[in-house]
Amino acid sequence: MAACTRGLKNLLTSIKFCRTLPFQDERFLCTSALRFANNEPPKFVPPSKPVIINKTQTTASTRRFLSPEFIPPRGRTDPFKYFMERRDMVRRRKALNIPEFYVGSILAVTMADANASGKTNRFVGICIQRGGRGLGATFVLRNILNGQGVEICYELYSPRIQTIEVLKLEKRLDSNLMYLRDALPEYSTVDPEMKPVPFSPTGEVPVNKLKVKMCPKPWSKHWERPQFAIQGIRFDLCMTPKQMEFVQKKYAKPWEEYDMLKEYDTSKLEEQILAEVQQEMNK
Amino acid sequence: MTMIEIDHIERARVGYIGWIRSTALSAHLCSVYFNVFLEPSAHVHDVDALAQDMALQRLSGSFSGLIVQNSSKILQRAFSVSVVAAAIQKMTRVRVVDNSSLGNTPYHRPPRVIHVYTKNGVGKVGDKVLLAIKGQKKKALIVGHKMPGDRMTPRFDSNNVVLIEDNGNPTGTRIKVPIPTHLRQMEGDFSKVLAIASSFV
Repeated sequence: MAACTRGLKNLLTSIKFCRTLPFQDERFLCTSALRFANNEPPKFVPPSKPVIINKTQTTASTRRFLSPEFIPPRGRTDPFKYFMERRDMVRRRKALNIPEFYVGSILAVTMADANASGKTNRFVGICIQRGGRGLGATFVLRNILNGQGVEICYELYSPRIQTIEVLKLEKRLDSNLMYLRDALPEYSTVDPEMKPVPFSPTGEVPVNKLKVKMCPKPWSKHWERPQFAIQGIRFDLCMTPKQMEFVQKKYAKPWEEYDMLKEYDTSKLEEQILAEVQQEMNK
Repeated sequence: MTMIEIDHIERARVGYIGWIRSTALSAHLCSVYFNVFLEPSAHVHDVDALAQDMALQRLSGSFSGLIVQNSSKILQRAFSVSVVAAAIQKMTRVRVVDNSSLGNTPYHRPPRVIHVYTKNGVGKVGDKVLLAIKGQKKKALIVGHKMPGDRMTPRFDSNNVVLIEDNGNPTGTRIKVPIPTHLRQMEGDFSKVLAIASSFV
């Protein structure tokens, strides 16, 4: 029985060989004629590997960027406290990739949530504010889900945060977008299933010069007043130029420009801290 | 005089209506005060008129017609009474987010909280409240408010409630808006309310 099967197998292989022979011949004729002339067995040449470029995968930016929470606030607190905090922040940054982002960027945050299904909670939204210094730094994401405006204030260095993804890296005209609460809902609506938009890792961060339309007054704050200095609202739709001029004049504080006690030049400090942080990160 | 102060007066006007009603003299004083210290603007004129109305009402005794007229006048004005900084308390206007017919049929006055079942009278997510809705009393559960809570918990743009029966069962069958997940860990039996929620945040 065994001999019979072996014989059958031999027969089958020979048939296979016969079938492949004409193709092999063709191939010898067209490609490896030279090699065949030297009577050497044809070597297997692997085809070049296709290079798959995933454009959705965003690379880490290579521009020199220091997150604003590294810069200590002005005050008489011992700088050593901020030094200690910076060390802890760097340690956390080695464990969790905290990307570069700005107010106006669209982020997706996954955090551990014992009450959520699957123990994690993913929230996508536009960053409307960054606050806090040191380890307590926060950022606020805003989105509109099922017609309901939702905001979540995240702690940047909280151990509950698992990932922070930048879906769209851009800046807006203002450094605080709290006025989106009073703007039309379309300006704070972000698709929760949004795919990351590729951005260039070098050069300037693009500025979205969008000006939003507001809901009718009353607003949560008087955004037209000069203390906010809002650029991203279309005031021409809700106020007359005369009203605007009146408000600007009435609430202006022109003397603050010359208040030397309010000056806080961080450029030198920033360079120093950036060098320190980079050195720590590379350790 | 800044806008903030005018705001303050406006709020005071709303808060102290009862007080103004009680003393015609004080109403008169109010009108004098507003006349003296404020530039004549629309707000002020209105306040003045209101104060005078009140005084008239006091003098003319109990004309119920006048009272109705006055209250309608107050309701017509578009001003915000529920401050963002305060959580849900008595007289807070709320939004019913389930699909119950009671909460969704239009009515000329919004549902208001008339009692909060907590010790300090301040309602947060997970607290029960008593609503005045469509001329009747109804219990409800707070499922989101404007006031920011702890870090990493959602803050909503409106004060959301879900109507519940006296035994804790929800009146509606579906909740349209996202519900905070930390409602799950709170004590109290919300399982039936959580079961009809469509999404969590």
